[in-house]
Amino acid sequence: MQRRVFLKSGALALVTMGLSPSFLRRMVYAQGMPAPQKGKVLICLFQRGAADALNIVVPHGDASYYALRPNIAIARPGAADGAIDLDGYFGLHPSMAPLKPLWDRGMLAPVHAVGSPSSTRSHFDAQDYMESGTPDVKGTPDGWLNRFLATKGTCDECKVPASPFRAVAFAQQTPRIMEGPAPTIAMSSLNDFTIRATGSDVERLEALYRTGSADLIHGAGAETFDAVKMLKEANPQRYAAEHDAIYPKSPFGQSLKQIAQLVKADVGLEIAFADVGGWDTHVNQGGATGQLANRLGDFAQAIAALVTDLGDRMDDVVIMTMSEFGRMAKQNGNGGTDHGHAGALFVIGGHVQGHKVHGKWPGLAQEQLNEGRDLALTTDFRAVFSEVVHKHIGATRTDALFPGFTSTTAVGVV
Amino acid sequence: MRSTSRSATLALVLALAACSSAQSGTGRVATASSSGELAQGVREQTADEQVKQALNRVSFGARPGDAERVRAMGVDKWIELQLSPGKIDDRSAEQFVAKFPVLAMSPAQLLQDYPQPNQLIREKRREMARNGETVLRDSSGSKFSGLDFTAADSARYKEAGRLSRQMLVELQTAKVARAVIGDRQLEEVMVDFWENHFTVFAGKGPERYFLGQFERDAIRPHALGKFRDLLGAVAKSPAMLYYLDNWESTVEADRPSLVLRANRGGGNGRGRTAIVRNARLEAMGKDTTKKPRARGLNENYGRELLELHTLGVDGGYTQADVVSAARAFTGWTVEKPREDGSFAFRPALHDAGAKSFLGHTLAPNRGIEDGEQVLDIVATAPAAAHFVATKLVRRFVSDSVPAELVDRVANTFTRTDGDIRECLRTIFTSSEFFSRAAYKAKVKSPFELVVSALRVVGARADSTPRTAQMIAKLGQPLYGHLAPNGYPERGDAWINTGAILARINFGLVVASGKVPGASLAEWTDGAQLQSLPHGAQVDGIIRSILGGEASPDTRRVLESGVNPMASDSASAATKLTGFENIVGLALGAPEFQRR
Repeated sequence: MQRRVFLKSGALALVTMGLSPSFLRRMVYAQGMPAPQKGKVLICLFQRGAADALNIVVPHGDASYYALRPNIAIARPGAADGAIDLDGYFGLHPSMAPLKPLWDRGMLAPVHAVGSPSSTRSHFDAQDYMESGTPDVKGTPDGWLNRFLATKGTCDECKVPASPFRAVAFAQQTPRIMEGPAPTIAMSSLNDFTIRATGSDVERLEALYRTGSADLIHGAGAETFDAVKMLKEANPQRYAAEHDAIYPKSPFGQSLKQIAQLVKADVGLEIAFADVGGWDTHVNQGGATGQLANRLGDFAQAIAALVTDLGDRMDDVVIMTMSEFGRMAKQNGNGGTDHGHAGALFVIGGHVQGHKVHGKWPGLAQEQLNEGRDLALTTDFRAVFSEVVHKHIGATRTDALFPGFTSTTAVGVV
Repeated sequence: MRSTSRSATLALVLALAACSSAQSGTGRVATASSSGELAQGVREQTADEQVKQALNRVSFGARPGDAERVRAMGVDKWIELQLSPGKIDDRSAEQFVAKFPVLAMSPAQLLQDYPQPNQLIREKRREMARNGETVLRDSSGSKFSGLDFTAADSARYKEAGRLSRQMLVELQTAKVARAVIGDRQLEEVMVDFWENHFTVFAGKGPERYFLGQFERDAIRPHALGKFRDLLGAVAKSPAMLYYLDNWESTVEADRPSLVLRANRGGGNGRGRTAIVRNARLEAMGKDTTKKPRARGLNENYGRELLELHTLGVDGGYTQADVVSAARAFTGWTVEKPREDGSFAFRPALHDAGAKSFLGHTLAPNRGIEDGEQVLDIVATAPAAAHFVATKLVRRFVSDSVPAELVDRVANTFTRTDGDIRECLRTIFTSSEFFSRAAYKAKVKSPFELVVSALRVVGARADSTPRTAQMIAKLGQPLYGHLAPNGYPERGDAWINTGAILARINFGLVVASGKVPGASLAEWTDGAQLQSLPHGAQVDGIIRSILGGEASPDTRRVLESGVNPMASDSASAATKLTGFENIVGLALGAPEFQRR
């Protein structure tokens, strides 16, 4: 709000009436705004549907794992279709092979037995909690990423208006995690972010918003045309994937490709979000091959392509994955897994504490399981999230991001 | 805002001067001539403005000819008619929505005819178990190989998935259609208002199976009725019971539950109540042993009932009141939610202890009366009157809510035992409703924007999902708000960078004739305008679409055949745009974003 008022009154100061001065103002604005610096970027990726952490970061050193999952376990490293060993105890699902080089380079930091302290097994509730950042509190109006934007946006050094592309979700609607007072953009693809009219009409529409009243709608409209113009000039689509990165053709792969384009176009991107479904594997999830393997293949290839494509820019980027909960430790009667409790996530970047599986492993023996059935929780997701936003993108008030939560020990992931 | 008290006074002075200009006089004149069932406050808006105000607030916006009809009938009379929807013939909308059988079906019927895809998997599993087949088989990559899904099973599964999505699409399509072509406009506005006040989320489990029933049986019959009736219908609706988890809220294990003697079989001589541990297990039988569920009290509904449905967040209740309310509603559940889906009260799951709620004592050993009394208490609480009044005034008058009007509406609420129609009448007869400050003060929500655009060009109802999809793309998927607070009621929440872009593009899509049902060729006003010269077309479009109210700048942009942003006159050479382009510009203009 403050920002819009500022912009609009700035416009009024420059312009009395008429159209071309307004156009001029736009140019002044565009030139007066320093090119956004290459800042830190956080990319959050949500695996919706509760990904089966035990078959993703495989505890092949825990004998109970094989007893619990006679038909769907990932074999020990070395065996046919076995896990890709990480540290002698954990391994990656074979479909995650594209991420192994990141591990070797110290860029991949899995966190295991992490998740929400809420006991809910509802996808709906658990996603809500992970996105609002407030487990078991349903009334929270905004998402934690938006709270980050809103609280950080007030900093003194932010003399220039934030980029309209500060926070972008590749989604049809603003995801819960980004809902809130700070401006964010949700788009299905970069192609969507344009006025669907021909030249003269576009300018006439722009003129409608650049003239007249100084109200909320005109202010936001002026910003919109600035943003469209900014994106057009930055032309992120001109950035082909570099370093031989090959993105999957899946919607998720294409979202990540476009996130890379926004990063490279230096449009002031700070937070990016994309999600990917298909993780609710109750039936025939498969082992080294099959349903889950296919999902993981797409997931890992897309992330690997993003990291490869961004190259040195990964020094400023952290990718963080999340899923609402894990799945039962024991396979069910349908070759699948039912809703569980703790899960696993990945933090990936040039400056993360990689080459280490983080989190305390609770074990999979019967007495070690949550409610006798699931991987127990040893790390609250908020401990990881707050550490990442604090250390990577400089959030100072993590208490405002995750009200009611105080992290007792550092996870040490960044 | 545009108005100041000075300009308001000026308007009034002009009104009293009774200048007979091209405008049809002032509000004072018009209201004096109408047969006033509605009381008359001082009205700052001109008679013309009052017509537009009424159409923009009491309905979803004017259709071609509406302004003339309302003017002829008299604004007050027209509003009075809208307050009695039963007197309005709504045949065209009824006939249209009759195309969608799901609207009339019960959850049980829907679950039968539109089975959940997962239900088919469960059935298959059971069937195989009965036949002694082993279900386990390592995956060969096919999703259903372990289940021995035949091609026919597979087809059924796919079809079920399609149908269960189709069911929601039909509900959305019908909601849009009623708003676009329905004649009981105020009823539709109020159905939308209450559906947002008592919001539920279609994406939560089987919630979509309960939505049709929710709108048909809980919301619509009471949309203009008594608040307590509405509240009670919602409290017992499977839609709300499921959405806010009350269906699985049970007495805590260490508290007494209420068990009918008949159910105890043999009895232990302790009369009507007894301590029952694991009451839920007993009531639910085998199902719960297979999949342990969280048992015990769930405060979700109890909390939202107070915070969002009645008292408001600062409504003077404590956490202890939330717990008491939740305890009072234990046992209010849904009959086999995945198979039947009707309200049930289960004594065995009800907390029969005494409760203290907002200073009232709920006696022990009662059953469903506990919840009913909680509803009575909150429905008559002054905080609820104030909370509901505030929301109504915000919806119908302005985001900056006039406090005096809220007080008067709250008084009406209390005086009439929560009569919603009377509260609305208080609003529609207020000077605030017809004030300059309230005129065009509201920003349209995406739903309102889309519906008003289709109405203004005289669109037929869209029988495809397209319109509902566009509303979703603008940020307001119908029945798709996840959190229990409902969609924002204030304009600033809807207006941001991405939103304006989407709104402009929506206007262009309508103008280009890509919305089923909305054809500029079939739009009679438009057809007449097409043959006129450019200047007259612009005038006509400003009159039809923008209610004759374009800012000078907007008028100039629409009128100029030249490219206004071009810096040199060469490229600014006349680039006359067609009729469609002007319509697209008008629908995308800032003026059209307001109502």
